[in-house]
Amino acid sequence: MKPLTKHDVEHIAKLAYIKLSEKETDELGTQLSNILSHFDSLSSVETEGIEATGHTTDSNTVMRSDHPEQPLDQNDVLRNAPDRDGEFVRVRPVLE
Amino acid sequence: MTTQANNSDLHFASVRELQSKFNNREISSTEVTKATLNRIAKLEPRLNAFITVTPENAIRDAQQADERLLGTGQEPTALTGVPVMVKDNFSTKDVLTTAASNILKGYIPPYDGTVVSLLKQAGAVILGKGNLDEFAMGSSNETSAFGPVHNPWDTQRVPGGSSGGASAAVSAGQCFMAFGSDTGGSIRQPAAFCGVVGMKPTYGLVSRFGLLAFGSSLDQIGPLTRTVADCSDALNIISSHDHRDSTSVKAPFTDFGRELHMGVDQMNIGVPREYLVEGIEPGIRSAFEASLETLESLGANISETSLPLTDHALAVYYIIAPSEASANLSRYDGVKYGLGSLNANTSAEATQSARGEGFGDEVKRRILLGTYALSAGYYDAFYKKAQQVRTLIRREFTDSFLKFDALVTPTSPNVAFKIGEKINDPFQMYMNDVCTIPVNIAGLPSISVPGGMSEGLPVGLQFIGPQFGDTTVIRVAAAYQRATNWHKNHPLI
Repeated sequence: MKPLTKHDVEHIAKLAYIKLSEKETDELGTQLSNILSHFDSLSSVETEGIEATGHTTDSNTVMRSDHPEQPLDQNDVLRNAPDRDGEFVRVRPVLE
Repeated sequence: MTTQANNSDLHFASVRELQSKFNNREISSTEVTKATLNRIAKLEPRLNAFITVTPENAIRDAQQADERLLGTGQEPTALTGVPVMVKDNFSTKDVLTTAASNILKGYIPPYDGTVVSLLKQAGAVILGKGNLDEFAMGSSNETSAFGPVHNPWDTQRVPGGSSGGASAAVSAGQCFMAFGSDTGGSIRQPAAFCGVVGMKPTYGLVSRFGLLAFGSSLDQIGPLTRTVADCSDALNIISSHDHRDSTSVKAPFTDFGRELHMGVDQMNIGVPREYLVEGIEPGIRSAFEASLETLESLGANISETSLPLTDHALAVYYIIAPSEASANLSRYDGVKYGLGSLNANTSAEATQSARGEGFGDEVKRRILLGTYALSAGYYDAFYKKAQQVRTLIRREFTDSFLKFDALVTPTSPNVAFKIGEKINDPFQMYMNDVCTIPVNIAGLPSISVPGGMSEGLPVGLQFIGPQFGDTTVIRVAAAYQRATNWHKNHPLI
């Protein structure tokens, strides 16, 4: 596993929608590379033909009956929005 | 610095003892709730175990519980009138819920999570919301945006994490029981560090609806208590099938305390040697060996065994948990709730700024780690590989439980460490959970009980059972607890 470059960290941060300072970008490069180096040992485990476990209850797609339930009050839900206009949530321009 | 002491003070009563005081009319829930709120106010400057305390709600709920206890309302339950804390990653209607993160600044949920609803229906008195590592990511409670929690046994030390507020509060008599979440040890390790009981039930037994998600395939809610009996009473209240959580199981829900008094005579208990890791503290090792002798004296057959894949569990966990976290935490976009960024030029910039400012260092680290593990070109090498090894770890446990009724290990290789000691070395911090993580990977039930003292600090003893063997785990832990007095030690604070 080769260490992450500054460019790698910037790319991941962009994918994750997190703005990082210069200092954070540098520190995270070192820390993440160190953590990732501990994962190399996994390649020594033979997993040819082994199924992947997503979760441990072994249930598949769970369906529920299609009955409407009492929804939450709209005002209660919208009261937490940082920028609200009546019954709308306002966002910054989506297109540059 | 504090020392151990036996204290029969009201604040350190078990829930069953408190219920008998209610039944004998020695004290009312309102009285005990007020006394507990006073103790919280007195100790918070030193402990910081709560993010939010809700005295008015608590006194109102206690008054209603008193009516129930007097027989004028609904039939009381094992938790009616009992002052409890819930971790601040449980959604609570109309009560601030932060997950100890700045990104949820001011967030007032419009609904109760299922466990909170069940506690309210049972008549429990919720005192407030417990401090935690931000989004439950941490082993020391130092990553909280609301400051660290201090261990009541030595306030220079961490209480463990991520349910550090819960373990400190139960230990210090700020509540009679608390509810936390455990993704890789976040109930059991803090329980060990603070000298209380903490249980992670089988995955799927307790609804996660309304638990702010971290690693969805690993997260499980469970109780922190003073006794194993209280723990089984709590599990009886909070376990249920819930159609709002698609991983909630329809397992036979039984009285989890039905084997509480059966003892361990002739039970086969395995000691996996990989859990006695290199670097385990000598005080932990000697306490563990003494505990094995206790179990043998009770008639259990103790034998060493090997689970070789244990050595890979940490790597599997630190791929799967951050991957799931990176997806779960994508909902915090600064649009619908929490910290927003109103001055940005575009929607994308607003989200990037809100997340850059709102998330702390450890949360950013894990989101980036997960994003990387799931990104193009790395998915097979990391995420898929980890899920395949997860299958093998499960099989290894399943095979082991053909021979053993339960496994026993130390809960953590070390006692509570000093605040600041490990926070700058993420991997050293992750090593804290080396004994608890494999259990979450396999979805098994596990409990940590007070199992000795080392250098004046509590040591935890962990029992692990087969999937849905929750009653067995409780049985073994209860037998151990009847034979020992460690759970009767309380910090002098």
